[in-house]
Amino acid sequence: MKADSKGVLTGAHFIDGDYACGEGAIAAGCRFAAGYPITPSTEVVERIAARFPHCGGIFIQMEDELASSIAILGAVWGGAKAMTVTSGPGFSLMMEHIGLACMTETPVVFVDVQRGGPSTGLPTLPAQADMMQARWGSHGDYEIIALCPNSPQECFDLTIHAFNLSEQYRVPVMFMMDECVGHMTERVVIPPAEEINIYPRRYTTAKPGEYLPYLPDADLVPPIAKAGDSYNFHITGLTHNEKGYPVMNAECQEKCVRRLVDKIRLNADKIVKFEEEETEDCDVVVVSYGITSRVALWAIQKAKEKGIKVGNLRLITVWPFPEKRIKQIAEKVKAFVIPEINYGQVYFELERVVGGKAPVHLVPHGGGAVHNPEVIYQKILEAVK
Amino acid sequence: MSERNIIEEYLRMDRIPHIWCPGCGLGTTVNCFIRALQQTKLPLDNISIVSGIGCTGRVAGYLKLNSFHTTHGRAIPFAIGLQLTNPKLKVVVYSGDGDLVSIGGNHFIQAARRNMDLAIICVNNFTYGMTGGQVAPTTPVDAVATTTPYGNFEEPFNLPHLADSVGAVYVARWTTYHVMQLTRAMKEVIQKKGFSFLEIISPCPTLYGRRNKIGDGLEMMKFYKENSEIRNGANTKDVAIGFKGPIICGKFVDKERPTFLENMNQKLSERIPNYKPYNGLV
Amino acid sequence: MTDVAIKKEPRGAVLITAERCKGCGFCVEFCPTKVLSMSDEYNSKGYHFPKVAVPESCSGCDLCGMYCPDFAIFGIRLKKSA
Repeated sequence: MKADSKGVLTGAHFIDGDYACGEGAIAAGCRFAAGYPITPSTEVVERIAARFPHCGGIFIQMEDELASSIAILGAVWGGAKAMTVTSGPGFSLMMEHIGLACMTETPVVFVDVQRGGPSTGLPTLPAQADMMQARWGSHGDYEIIALCPNSPQECFDLTIHAFNLSEQYRVPVMFMMDECVGHMTERVVIPPAEEINIYPRRYTTAKPGEYLPYLPDADLVPPIAKAGDSYNFHITGLTHNEKGYPVMNAECQEKCVRRLVDKIRLNADKIVKFEEEETEDCDVVVVSYGITSRVALWAIQKAKEKGIKVGNLRLITVWPFPEKRIKQIAEKVKAFVIPEINYGQVYFELERVVGGKAPVHLVPHGGGAVHNPEVIYQKILEAVK
Repeated sequence: MSERNIIEEYLRMDRIPHIWCPGCGLGTTVNCFIRALQQTKLPLDNISIVSGIGCTGRVAGYLKLNSFHTTHGRAIPFAIGLQLTNPKLKVVVYSGDGDLVSIGGNHFIQAARRNMDLAIICVNNFTYGMTGGQVAPTTPVDAVATTTPYGNFEEPFNLPHLADSVGAVYVARWTTYHVMQLTRAMKEVIQKKGFSFLEIISPCPTLYGRRNKIGDGLEMMKFYKENSEIRNGANTKDVAIGFKGPIICGKFVDKERPTFLENMNQKLSERIPNYKPYNGLV
Repeated sequence: MTDVAIKKEPRGAVLITAERCKGCGFCVEFCPTKVLSMSDEYNSKGYHFPKVAVPESCSGCDLCGMYCPDFAIFGIRLKKSA
């Protein structure tokens, strides 16, 4: 289906990534948002708080991130499209409800505008150090989807995509911005509503009495219902059977959690999104995401000028990781270089997937700034030696 | 005889018998709740139950309504999301004392301050039952719990006073002995608009009654019968519960105050030309 | 499952699902007309369950049903002509 034109500010804008993310959410049909102020993400909800009364939505500033992150789940079960927005310390508090969203298969979007950590860290300065937290931060086994925009335009486009993926797979989607992308102001073009594709909620069409809340379709995703419907369904964070009833044993755990994991893993080819340039015939591939992918361009360009064959692979979904494509590339290249604003997170995943076929060089950065591109360039030189 | 207990229509009978201990008062509260629901004559599709974690948290799973068993302490913010999305719903938060006023205490006071349109039913058994009888923010001084083996020395909350002081529009307390009054109070919290709070004193014989030599569930019920005093309209400051002390019951507060949504629509109408009042998303 | 129905005097009757009973005794204690007593028998879980001792006293008020935490008993009013 197409976007509701009431929420779409069609035209060219000069706005930052945070505002663009807010606009993307509204264009995606999000009409419920809850948040708690935290730098550098607050502008997203400020934008939404100003815009929602004009397009029929409701924003509530909750008492903390625990409340925000579950209010949105309540909203989804009431029938809304919903999201919350935060940054590192708030993201830590939201972990419990990422788990609940996974377990109850609640389609919802969590935005994390990453800043330096651990703890209070660097509230106003960038990092990319929540990537593993996004993947593994809640307890237990589960799979999520995480997207990394690298421009305000992508903050708009990919927020819509994040909502669509969450609806399609009934999974919480982590929208992993960083302070630079969030606070960077650029041209953002918002298309007409009829050019924006929206994945509709997968509501059940079963008759009352015949609906099993966790009986999946062929793609392992079950249709959903909402409060107010006549299904008398029960939703729980406990391990549950197809009826949604708690069952406390290993067999039910295997069936329930296996499917939560498999619905993402087995659909990964459809979910994974990346951009690549000159990766077919090169000696070294630079793998990057978010703001770092733009910093790396300078280094890649300089290396090319020096005659080095450098490919560029930009991750758009970091989770699931583009395992299949990386494995293909690993058969042919001499080395990988991965700059990220942490001391090695996605690096470990890359190394695991490359599996020793080629060396993987990390270009770490502790956060507080972006890389000096010269350092990435030097690592490329080192990698092709 | 082919007569069927009418409450079975409201229960997930495929999940009965429930997990609650012999002499636990939770089933009694559920009886009263179902009778209250019947009396309100509300269409059941428009009622949702939200529970947190703990013994009382399991209520949501036994009622044949659209029901949500959420995380520990967070039933209220979940209910807020649900209710704001669809204000036609009557959202009932049914949870325990540890869940609502310890781990969920901040959500409780903030929701009351905002006057969220929620019915809050708090079953207070003075302890953490599901985890084995630890001290709670409601445990009276001197009561023994597994984590206060020498007697509790912390001052507990007086829940009606707490709810009253942060803005609840309806505040009542009954025990599981007072089934008729409890049913009426449940009907009232369901029908009341705004943040409505009902405390139910209920026996946990396994982990509170026996450990504190009050006895089993029946002895605890008799204790309520003998030591309860009905004082409707009492000042909530005066209704704190001491160890083996009297239990003041009654309806303490019943007042009007604009809800969160009424205030929001009022303010936005004043400030935004042609503002269309928000009335839900579905 | 033992369904016992007693109907002597026309005002009320009690129905008991003994298998669900956990023997708390609330119904016996709080029956306003003292219709019930605890049975010496056990159900399959090992609990004593209530039995109707004085059927003619039952008013069908269903207070037993309101107290029973295990949904194991309830009272019904009987029609006068019955």
